[in-house]
Amino acid sequence: MLSKRIIPCLDVRDGKLTKGIKFKGNVDIGDPVEMAAFYYREGADELVFYDITASSDARNIMLEVVRRVAETIFMPFSVGGGLRTVADMYAVLDAGAEKVSVNSSAVVNPQIIAEGARQFGSQCIVLGMDVLKVGVSDITPSGYEIVIHGGRKRMGLDALAWAKQAQDLGAGEICLNSIDADGTREGYELNLTRMISEAVSIPVIASGGAGVPQHLAEVLTVGRADAALIASMTHYGDYTVAQIKDHLHRQGIKVRRYW
Amino acid sequence: MIAIIDYEAGNLTSVARAVKSLGADCRVTKDLGVIAGAERVIFPGVGAAGAAMASLRRLGLEAALKNALAAGKPVLGICLGTQIIFEKSEEDLAACLGILSGATVRFPVEHKDAAGQALKVPHMGWNGVTWRRPHPVFAGLPAEAEFYFVHSYYPAPAEAADVVGTTEYGLTFVSAVARANLVAVQFHPEKSGRPGLKILANFLAWDGKEGTRA
Repeated sequence: MLSKRIIPCLDVRDGKLTKGIKFKGNVDIGDPVEMAAFYYREGADELVFYDITASSDARNIMLEVVRRVAETIFMPFSVGGGLRTVADMYAVLDAGAEKVSVNSSAVVNPQIIAEGARQFGSQCIVLGMDVLKVGVSDITPSGYEIVIHGGRKRMGLDALAWAKQAQDLGAGEICLNSIDADGTREGYELNLTRMISEAVSIPVIASGGAGVPQHLAEVLTVGRADAALIASMTHYGDYTVAQIKDHLHRQGIKVRRYW
Repeated sequence: MIAIIDYEAGNLTSVARAVKSLGADCRVTKDLGVIAGAERVIFPGVGAAGAAMASLRRLGLEAALKNALAAGKPVLGICLGTQIIFEKSEEDLAACLGILSGATVRFPVEHKDAAGQALKVPHMGWNGVTWRRPHPVFAGLPAEAEFYFVHSYYPAPAEAADVVGTTEYGLTFVSAVARANLVAVQFHPEKSGRPGLKILANFLAWDGKEGTRA
């Protein structure tokens, strides 16, 4: 049976982790390659890198990071942030990423999904969605709206309709981030996750709100998510990936336990 | 030297990186001479069956692969490479290589598990393999090892003797096959952590004979 995936997310700026990872021993690791190696050894199932580098000349630094990560870990990882063209996608995949994720750029230009899927295959194309709960309206029949620019700009686009459209365009996976839950550590947005996951046939990664292992258990069962993104929970040493997996395993949730 | 056949079906650098990490000399190549001179061959691939078969034929690589097999060289198929080893694929209704008998078929459109819950297609992520018979390339793997899969189609061999491993995803499908000097897997050993690297290491040490310990 397929395992539910636990996916740590690492934010990178100018080739460094934006938040150094502080363990209980107070070690501060700023190198994304070292952190990738750490999570590979610790039993993460996949990794996500978000490149929040602003300037385009720093892009090559990220590509070098991707190359070094690919030489170090032998498991899938995706890279997102600032990818606007098929050429941008190609550069990241060629450097060794398994998947690329597009978010704002796909809202602005949905054809990027179709072009990427045609060029590299659907399995390479992840749609990142930042979603805000807004209530049911004519514009947002699902009650959820797509936002971009880290939640600052509302797009007048219904989240459920966008998820289905992205699937039809050729997205192979959806990474669904709830702006409301993000950073709260009070749990994933279960209602949103379940609604999207049940409406599409491609895998959905839940994102935003994880604080304790039980939150993952909830989103992987009630929320019907195929995978769960985590960040601060493990970055700061509050939990290990193994502890989270043990918790899920005890509840009968299938996870990968040998690595 | 190990030839990784490049028939323009997806990015093969991850396969090359994994093989190099094991200390082996390998080349990603479409050069017929290099493949003919290789000691063993990896036949990977990601993408669609129809386009893959067209490239393979255009580049003259169908013959190169079949020559390597006929010469008794160890050959490892991965993912799409494994699927097109069979006679035909439901994907693009492609006529394939026919090295093994059987077809490559798609997961059902309305795919459900035993409890009636919908299953996503592609089958993407980590899953186990039940080993149906011992094979040198799959030796030394713990039963609980899992492998990284990403696919919507899977091989359905006609010959039960070719089946080495099976995987559960709403149905039981064949995830590893072997015959003589050919082994082929549906998952990606190059992205499957330690157990995946173990399979690659076993393959690099294998003499191409079944029943012989690597």
